[in-house]
Amino acid sequence: MAIISTQKLTKCYGKLTAVDSLSLEIEEGEVFGLLGPNGAGKTTTISMLCTILRPTSGTAKVNGFDIRTQPGNVRSSIGIVFQEPSVDDLLTGRENLEMHAMLYGIPKELRKKRIDEVINLVGLEDRADDVTKVYSGGMRRRLELARGLMHRPKVLFLDEPTLGLDPQTREHIWRYIKKLSKEEEMTMVLTTHYMEEADMLCNRIAIMDAGKIVVMDKSANLKKKVGGDIILIKMDKPDLKRIRKLSFVKSAERKDGAVQIVIRDVDKNLQKLLCKVGKIKSVEVRPVSLNDVFLHYTGKEIRADEEEGGYWERMMQSSVNR
Amino acid sequence: MSELEAIYAVWLREFRVYLREKERVISSFISPILWLVAFGSGVGTSVSLQDPIYKGIPYQNFIYPGVLSMSLLFTAIFYGVYIIWDRKLDFLKEVLVAPVSRSSVFIGKMIGGCTDVMLQSVILLILGVVIGMPITPLVFLYSLLILLLISVAMVSLGLVMGSNLTNQEAFGLVMNFVIWPLFFFSGALFPVSNLPSWLLVITQINPLTYGVDALRGAILGVQEFSMLKDFSVLIGFSLLMIWLGIISFGRMQQSK
Repeated sequence: MAIISTQKLTKCYGKLTAVDSLSLEIEEGEVFGLLGPNGAGKTTTISMLCTILRPTSGTAKVNGFDIRTQPGNVRSSIGIVFQEPSVDDLLTGRENLEMHAMLYGIPKELRKKRIDEVINLVGLEDRADDVTKVYSGGMRRRLELARGLMHRPKVLFLDEPTLGLDPQTREHIWRYIKKLSKEEEMTMVLTTHYMEEADMLCNRIAIMDAGKIVVMDKSANLKKKVGGDIILIKMDKPDLKRIRKLSFVKSAERKDGAVQIVIRDVDKNLQKLLCKVGKIKSVEVRPVSLNDVFLHYTGKEIRADEEEGGYWERMMQSSVNR
Repeated sequence: MSELEAIYAVWLREFRVYLREKERVISSFISPILWLVAFGSGVGTSVSLQDPIYKGIPYQNFIYPGVLSMSLLFTAIFYGVYIIWDRKLDFLKEVLVAPVSRSSVFIGKMIGGCTDVMLQSVILLILGVVIGMPITPLVFLYSLLILLLISVAMVSLGLVMGSNLTNQEAFGLVMNFVIWPLFFFSGALFPVSNLPSWLLVITQINPLTYGVDALRGAILGVQEFSMLKDFSVLIGFSLLMIWLGIISFGRMQQSK
């Protein structure tokens, strides 16, 4: 049964269509990823699904409740970890959780138990009584995760859960998210612009751009369609035809004075490839990235990375000034 | 019951934050003291009130109720407009997505702001006793009641503005177009009678005028309007602001 289904969900800001007729279904228990460049409409979609932004047209059902007509019911079915910090930094971790428990009507008798439970779950036992001002970015994120879970929502939304965190902390957060989806069997919807994050966590991924879903599939399938790894070779006079004929080569193109080749099973085939192409100046191997998947499906590169939020603000501003 | 719990949760957050922001608490006392001591006694040496009803009242005493209202006004409006920053971060979202009614969020916020203002007012009233204002225990309580009424009105006004503004730069507008005019045209620093008629009109549509007048009546025993009129205006204005506040909170959305 679909726990979230959207029907032509649309949000416009003036002339700009941030989310364009989005229709998708997310199954119960699934970890679903919305992947896309900044400004693709991921956060806008999530904001609408959690009823803090009214759609311009279309609607969606979350846990069987309509986001337009039954926002109260939707709100008690969901938990959210926002993109920006949303814990109060003058309150301690525990106080933040207490406030949340009261807002979500968790009975007094249960409160302490639940709070201790989630604090243990995210490993903040030692720091729970410190004000969150002194927390590191990763600790705050963990506290927010704990908070989002405390009232046992049917669906947990995670908006860029690891944005701005260092790689080590990112791994930690991933571990917690995985653990949660396994132990609590909770439906999770996460947005990200890191391919490897979506890959690591999600059962299914939808790639979004300019308010639309470009493609939606299991992560393995997405990558299969694009190919395995990418080899960039710098050389004089490359013979593209010959390279393309090799059985393990999926595609070969000229790019910025080099040849970009997508091949299968790089560990087995790199040697063969290098033997066949002739004299080379340099070679670079990297795994398929979001950019490549994106390029494959849209035929264009992801816009230069902009600071998250900045893009929207400028768009908003220009639509207001108009 | 859960709505009451929600109101309590929002209030508790505000209260804890207030107690921990020591800088804010301390700075909220500095300007009233400067106004009373520097302005009140300084200007007081060369000004004596000619108005028959205020004759014989030292200028410092005359402006004491005005300065009480002023510090209340600043704290209350700043508190309300602070939502703009809450909104910039995602803190407000946490409350907005909670399964509680927006009216409860508004009421909790409003009571939170009034608590800040009242704590500050108690200290300023004690300070008044120290510098020799005629404040008996009864006057003390009566003044607190009036201050509570004004703070409900002004905190709600601040929240109405804060919930409708999304731009941090709007803060300057609020300062220049709302806070200063409300203060200057409230009779806090000069008697309202005998003003040129254009100024009189402005002071008479300013709700704070009636708050200052009621406080002056309570503390100094002299006022220009009747207590009934002062209370009616304050209560009426508070109800209007609470109503607008609940509507504004209900409409509040995320900017993306």
